[in-house]
Amino acid sequence: MGKPINSEARATETRSMLLNVGPQHPAMHGIVRIIAELEGETVLGADVEIGYLHRAFEKMCEQGPYNNAIPYTDRLNYVSPLINNIGYCLAVERLMGLRTTERCQYIRVIMSEISRITDHLTCIGATAMELGAFTVFLYMIKAREFLYEIIESVTGARLTISYARVGGLKADLPEGFEERLRDAISRTRKVLKEVDGLLGANRIFIDRLKDVGIISREDALAYGITGPFLRSTGADYDVRKAQPYLVYDRIDFDVPVGEHGDNLDRYAVRMEEMAQSMRIIEQALKEMPAGPVLVDREEKVIPAAEMVDEAKIGHTQGFKAVGVEADPTLEGTGRPFHATVYAREKNVSLPAKEDAYGNIEGLMNHFKLVMHGHGMRPPRGEAYFPVEGANGELGFYVVSDGTERPYRVRVRPPCFPIMAALPKILTGDMVADIVPTFGSVNMIGGELDR
Amino acid sequence: MFTEFLIKAGLALFILGNALNFAGLLTWVERKQSAVMQDRIGANRARIEFGSKWLSPVNWILGPLNALGIFHALADAIKMFAKEDFMPRGADRFLHTLAPAISVVFALAAFAVVPFGDVWHVGGRLVNLQVSGLNAGILFVFAMMSLGVYGVILAGFSSNNNYALLGGMRAASQMLSYEITMGLAVMGVVLCAGTLDLQGIVRSQSALWGFATQPLAFLLFMTAALAETKRVPFDLPEGESEIIGYFVEYSGMKFGMFFLTDLVETVLVACLVTTFFFGGWQVPYLLPDGFHFPWGAAVALPHTAVIVLGVTAFFLKVICFNWLFMAIRWTLPRFRYDQLMDLGWKILFPASLVNTIVTSVIVVMKG
Repeated sequence: MGKPINSEARATETRSMLLNVGPQHPAMHGIVRIIAELEGETVLGADVEIGYLHRAFEKMCEQGPYNNAIPYTDRLNYVSPLINNIGYCLAVERLMGLRTTERCQYIRVIMSEISRITDHLTCIGATAMELGAFTVFLYMIKAREFLYEIIESVTGARLTISYARVGGLKADLPEGFEERLRDAISRTRKVLKEVDGLLGANRIFIDRLKDVGIISREDALAYGITGPFLRSTGADYDVRKAQPYLVYDRIDFDVPVGEHGDNLDRYAVRMEEMAQSMRIIEQALKEMPAGPVLVDREEKVIPAAEMVDEAKIGHTQGFKAVGVEADPTLEGTGRPFHATVYAREKNVSLPAKEDAYGNIEGLMNHFKLVMHGHGMRPPRGEAYFPVEGANGELGFYVVSDGTERPYRVRVRPPCFPIMAALPKILTGDMVADIVPTFGSVNMIGGELDR
Repeated sequence: MFTEFLIKAGLALFILGNALNFAGLLTWVERKQSAVMQDRIGANRARIEFGSKWLSPVNWILGPLNALGIFHALADAIKMFAKEDFMPRGADRFLHTLAPAISVVFALAAFAVVPFGDVWHVGGRLVNLQVSGLNAGILFVFAMMSLGVYGVILAGFSSNNNYALLGGMRAASQMLSYEITMGLAVMGVVLCAGTLDLQGIVRSQSALWGFATQPLAFLLFMTAALAETKRVPFDLPEGESEIIGYFVEYSGMKFGMFFLTDLVETVLVACLVTTFFFGGWQVPYLLPDGFHFPWGAAVALPHTAVIVLGVTAFFLKVICFNWLFMAIRWTLPRFRYDQLMDLGWKILFPASLVNTIVTSVIVVMKG
């Protein structure tokens, strides 16, 4: 049956080889599968398969009150969880028209930048390790450890930090934080200098990264790529500059950009960004005011002793419901209207534990915030808040239907567009370049698959 | 005749034992040295301790060794032997089993011509401290190193795995490219020494070591030889973060043999660099009857002491080179395939050709 097979033609027939890189591969960060079509060592095409780490983050957020989603956000980008925490809280705060205290904003900036440094340290270290320079990886992890110690002293955890709260932070900075952070930064600077000495002028390292994994600025913009990956192509989009949030507009820092959009530029951009982050931290430390880190119902802080049950003294007429129509488009989210929205109550901050256990007002306050059917209730509406995550624009889109649970939470993960562009970037490179290019994407499974 | 045989067997056992010992210790050195370089503590968990209080003096002796983690080499060996020997489906059973044996056997066989000491007068005999005094020793070394590649290629082809296949292909082309450079680089030394016998080459360096007369050849040979050991920065056949390696489908002691081969080859390369360029067993200012320093002082030494000093010097040099190779391995990133080929064919190969030609001209001019 069928055509007779020309045995001579069959003998000389060449086929490309399909190589399955991942999901179980020693160099895949997180779980992802790249099906590469190879001709010898050259990649003819690639197919990226994601979703191995999907855990229905967005759906889970709808299941509980607003603050309950915060521990889940730790697990998005687990290399820089503080930024996720803060981004989510900022989105909910925009929804409620809340403005956090000065000190809280400075602390959020500092913690975000520490996270950015830890993320970039991990990314560059991993890239170096994938090129065989294992020592650099451990140097970077050592530097990351200095910063993790700081994070641990502030939040009590290294990774699952759950530090931010809607309306503020879990706790103020510990004693001696500033000196320890300055010390950690100076030690990190030393490590970075050492690493730059090992890699920056290393011919093998530069040759491995230069002109590899190239993406043009137009393509990067078309794919919606942001962050260091976009900036390596020369576009200077940075959320911190484009739509300043927290106190970034008061801080002086530069946005490093590359030129060629190759792996080497991404390495350089990340190295420079770490230096800029340290600059931001130092400025923020200098300018940080004293004061509370949580807001009260009037966006002001009342000491617990002065706290009284409002209903007891007849303050009920203030609780008027203002209907905010949910805007089906995103146009409404940036309107100044949100800044003045009168949420039914802006009481979002849990009282201190000594108040919750020590006096009836504190206990009531606590009860009203955590019990089923109570809790913070943003007005009906929607809000999108982008922050500059370590990998790019990390956006949280929160829709409220006026109940104590979010109606919908959507995350814009920064590495998702990059993964979409990955087949295009990989095609034409060699098989040995797959892993370094993939490393420069800094894909974080938790964030990508949610 | 029988005594001759016994002597040769003894020498063979000595060099074989040393080679394996060095390779085994290198696993520990690799762990510990990388730890020192990377600000870590490093291996210190494999310990040998006796429960009985009567054996506490033994425990006292073992204490520092335990703390240094030196028994990790032993623990490794036990682990390797105790592991399941996995055979992937669709693999060629025979070749899959043969490949690691080929690798390690040829790597060890090359030690046969490495001279680790001068001729020793003992009991009225002349014992050449070299297992086999082949007059074409260099050719033998290259033959063994080339044959060792078959193990890697066969492992890649017999595993029925794309990664292993890529590893095998890379190994084949890498070895081909760098062996030529290695051979040509050594030609400079051969021309200077006028012999292919390794003992003769060592003897010819009594005045000036090879790295001084042939500096370019030294660098070329060391680079090419490092490429032969398949370790970072030339670990493309392995490339654990890219293609995992030609031994991806190996487990247990079969994997252990490949692992051991890399280290045995590291020792071999250290031995060869020492032999060709660092005077082998030569000790500075040490002549057969003792030290003769240039400022006139002289220390007479008995013959046996001179021989022992020579052997010690040889092994010390080998250890130093192993350290150097380890430091390189833990510092540099890996090449890419095309860059490796560029380096091999466009830089190292022409350079070694030039070196050979220039050396030939100089040798002829000198007459």
